[in-house]
Amino acid sequence: MSGTTLFGLCGAALVGLGLYGLICHPGVLRKILAFNLIGSGVFLLFGVIAKRGGGALAAAGAGVDGDPVPQALVITGLVVAFAATAIAVALLLRLVELGGRDTLEDEAPRRAPPPPGRRS
Amino acid sequence: MSPAWLADVLALGGDLLVVPLMLPVGGLLLGLVLGGRHLARVALALMVLGLAAALAVAAAVLQAGAPLHYELGGWSAPLGVGLKADGLSAVLLLISALVVLAVGIYAQRPFGVAPGTAETRSSLAFWMLLLGVWAGLNTVALGQDLFTLFVALELLTFSAVPLVALDGRAETLTAALRYLLFALLGSVLYLLGAVLFYGTFGTLDIALLATAIRGADPLPPALLAAASLMTVGLLAKTALFPLHLWLPPAHAGAPPAASAVLSALVVKGSFFLIVRIWFDLMPMLLTTTAAQILGALGVAAILYGGLLALRQARLKLLVAYSTLAQLGYLFLVFPLAAASEAAGSVDVLTGGMLQLVSHALAKAGMFLAAGLIAASLGQDQISALGGIARAMPITVLAFGLGGLALVGLEPSGAYLAKSLLDGPAAAGGQWWWGLAMSVGGLLTAAYLIRVFYHALAGFQLPPSLKRRPARYQELIALALALGALLLGLLPTELLGLVEIGRTGVELGGLR
Repeated sequence: MSGTTLFGLCGAALVGLGLYGLICHPGVLRKILAFNLIGSGVFLLFGVIAKRGGGALAAAGAGVDGDPVPQALVITGLVVAFAATAIAVALLLRLVELGGRDTLEDEAPRRAPPPPGRRS
Repeated sequence: MSPAWLADVLALGGDLLVVPLMLPVGGLLLGLVLGGRHLARVALALMVLGLAAALAVAAAVLQAGAPLHYELGGWSAPLGVGLKADGLSAVLLLISALVVLAVGIYAQRPFGVAPGTAETRSSLAFWMLLLGVWAGLNTVALGQDLFTLFVALELLTFSAVPLVALDGRAETLTAALRYLLFALLGSVLYLLGAVLFYGTFGTLDIALLATAIRGADPLPPALLAAASLMTVGLLAKTALFPLHLWLPPAHAGAPPAASAVLSALVVKGSFFLIVRIWFDLMPMLLTTTAAQILGALGVAAILYGGLLALRQARLKLLVAYSTLAQLGYLFLVFPLAAASEAAGSVDVLTGGMLQLVSHALAKAGMFLAAGLIAASLGQDQISALGGIARAMPITVLAFGLGGLALVGLEPSGAYLAKSLLDGPAAAGGQWWWGLAMSVGGLLTAAYLIRVFYHALAGFQLPPSLKRRPARYQELIALALALGALLLGLLPTELLGLVEIGRTGVELGGLR
């Protein structure tokens, strides 16, 4: 098994694990972590494709060994995933502060909500 | 006929495309310096300029009869990133500028900072996020590269999600988080699809990819995987049944000005990308069962959204479920385009875009009107609307006209859209799509009649209003609804805008 195949399979496994977590875990923090796991899988796939070569460089006739374009894309992707995680965590923290909940289930809050005075 | 300066502007051609991107992003940067106190006015000025820029782009596309191109830094694909405005882009630019401007005027009251009062955090946040949504939409319209479109989609999502939770109550925070989680799953699936496209064809530029895909025989399996991943990801962001769970609480819980933008524009951004992928990138795949599945999901959304809207007790939730149903109509475009000959598929796409524009105008008007009613009464239970038509006649008229436009009465854009879609459905022997549209129209009429019944019932005294809406807010909602209702009177040359850039070459693979 070549290195690229191995890393490609790892990427696929990470995406699968993350997808499972995102759909099946009730806790929002776990869902956010699962999203990051899927993201890592996708970025690994970017790396594999960069290592495999071809792509834009080959299309431009400038050689086939390694491809810098996916690496540039991964950097942007990382920034976007980081920003997404930051927004999600900020919303979650505020939600926990307000209602003591850390899931999106429709059931009653797990812990007793704070007295109404604190809400305003 | 046309003055010299207009000819000069139109002669700019591709350089015009930079303006719709610069205006909202410039506003975002200015906002950090100016703060919420001045941003309300500056954003409004930018939105007027933005509408002018969108009109200029549309006029230039219409005049040239061909797409406009702009290459960033002079680098052409595959190494560079290009912008392109074809007819579809021009339509999206125009409707975004129009709705954003209307919402910008409406929101001067709830989110403006009156002289002598303290600035609130939500006013700065609202205007920044509104500009962010607008920037994202314009980039979605002009981007010609799957990765640029990914970034545009994220800009759109990250601006739209906090708009939901602007008032910071626990239930809107929950709605925003649920929206964000669905949207993030959508983004990551889209990105995975983009990687597979790059890995298979070595480029992300839509035109180059389309050429490569047309030349590929047999189609590589990675292409099918990439297409389905991207489509499912975008469906989660568009809230097509059964990935719709996040939409009703998010759209109903947001402040009315935000709901209008979310419902009218934000979900359309991801729909627009699905159209780009299927019609521009791989039209030959439209004939497969994938298009039928998209259409079937659309029908399910029409029926499910309509039935649930009938059962809602709150006005804003009813409008939100109605959005679910109306989004379903958009997805009928895919099976109908596949069913018709190449020439008819342009008609279908025109019908789809017309439905998009019509729903955007009508729904923005209805959400603004529902927001005014809710703010005036202090609540929005439908059963407690008695006499409201006497207290706020203009607002109720705006809601009603928007509703008529949704049902698809004669001069409305939705009527024209449905007749454009009905033709190919009948000609292709696929009558069931037409039936679904008719049943959807009946359901729409049913849930709106329920609202009218309560709003107009009896001659009881008008309820005492907590707070009268400003007259200009009522008129903005009315203008949007009237726009949707009169859209069907547009001259045919303007409808031809959608066809620009769709040549026989791109549709060649259809049959």
